[in-house]
Amino acid sequence: MMNLKGNPELTPKNLMRPLKNYGIACMSMGFLIEETAPVVWRGLMVMSAIEKLLRQVDWGQLDYLVIDMPPGTGDVQLSISQNIPIAGAVIISTPQDVALLDARKGTEMFRKVHVPVLGLVQNMSVFQCPKCKHETHIFGADGVRDLAKTTGLDVLGDVPLQVNIRETCDSGQPVVISQPQSDAAKAYLKIAVEIVRRLPAPAA
Amino acid sequence: DSYSGNKTFDQTNPRAPIAATIPGKCSQHLRASGSAALRERLRGVKHIVVVLSGKGGVGKSTFSALLARGLAADEGKQVALLDVDICGPSIPKMMGLEGEQVHQSGSGWSPVYVEENLGVMSVGFLLSSPDDAVIWRGPKKNGLIKQFLRDVDWGEVDYLIVDTPPGTSDEHLSIVQYLSASRVDGAVIITTPQEVSLQDVRKEINFCHKVKLPIIGVVENMSGFICPNCKKESQIFPPTTGGAEKMCQNLNVSLLGKVPLDPQIGRSCDKGQSFLSEVPESPATSSYRNIIQSKS
Repeated sequence: MMNLKGNPELTPKNLMRPLKNYGIACMSMGFLIEETAPVVWRGLMVMSAIEKLLRQVDWGQLDYLVIDMPPGTGDVQLSISQNIPIAGAVIISTPQDVALLDARKGTEMFRKVHVPVLGLVQNMSVFQCPKCKHETHIFGADGVRDLAKTTGLDVLGDVPLQVNIRETCDSGQPVVISQPQSDAAKAYLKIAVEIVRRLPAPAA
Repeated sequence: DSYSGNKTFDQTNPRAPIAATIPGKCSQHLRASGSAALRERLRGVKHIVVVLSGKGGVGKSTFSALLARGLAADEGKQVALLDVDICGPSIPKMMGLEGEQVHQSGSGWSPVYVEENLGVMSVGFLLSSPDDAVIWRGPKKNGLIKQFLRDVDWGEVDYLIVDTPPGTSDEHLSIVQYLSASRVDGAVIITTPQEVSLQDVRKEINFCHKVKLPIIGVVENMSGFICPNCKKESQIFPPTTGGAEKMCQNLNVSLLGKVPLDPQIGRSCDKGQSFLSEVPESPATSSYRNIIQSKS
């Protein structure tokens, strides 16, 4: 999605140098293995891989480190929550009840491990037919808002289902950068502002 | 414990004993050695189909639920649906079985029956509330999966559908290992047409090859959206690299079918109803029926 490929170089201190695009340093398992190779590991190996991806990287000075987590509440999520100081978690869900069931478990997990939940994002909220402009809530409407009410969390924003989001992701040109004036980009940027507002001020 | 949820499910210590967290005494007489007991249990099962996906959110559980319902439409067939997505068990809700509990008998755990010929088992039935989060490391999850396979009294079953969590992890390795004692027909892999999803399907296909799990085929989900207003089709997740069709050709794997996006699918799943019976006229229903017919 960031249009990056290749193995990271090593610094003289034997740390991995993150790959950079659009001014953002990235590290991923995807840079360490072949594209079609499945990673089928038991929990302990996954944990040590996560350690590598977090601590054996020459991040330099960063204001924000965004961690994209896999779905679920298991080894990866526990390892990360227990081993590094997380300023906050953002939970993404579609409005569908079945997806919200899992989002709710996510909020429970973060409460359990004392990670503050900054809020929820309602993704794929509505689709506008490009031919007749009729709007359809394919995955339901407002499910995330209802969950927010019952859990006392904020909704950071909605992201509509738009073809350009998917197209730009697949081509490695995030919509926020390639089409900054689009509705999709504005939706993401608005959410980013809401997230930053809710983060604690950095230590002096 | 400050967390007032189900105490038995909030342990993060991987060494905590599994037996202490499972309700009831039903597993006592079945604690005999692993694979012999498993093989015995699954002897009455004629066909086992494992449903996989690379990415989450592509419609795997929806497909598993509808596949099970579609197969059970033939009243002469006995169908079972096993949900081994321990962290995100969606099957109870999709089958309208939220709040149901597992019953134990002398012969083991009883699946929860939606219809006389359709039984379901999921960790969701073991939780005291659907909001309880199961936050376990691999070894505990594997232990539970083994118990599902060993302690559930499925009886004589024509089709056992196994719904898995997304990805390629502990649970998938374990499922394949535990099922290797019996005959597994193979795996069905669900994807959307999007390249990012297909990338993960290629990994799933490699996983299947590595663990010698036959691949029945791939289903391309969310393949086109028909606007309820103007009836024109849009590609929300356009197959810019040829979609699942091209990938299946390249990798010599069957494309079982394409299912379009219909908002009523999500709605019926949320209500625990069968989309196939609720909206029989939808193009998505025909796609499902074609896939099911070709499979059975």
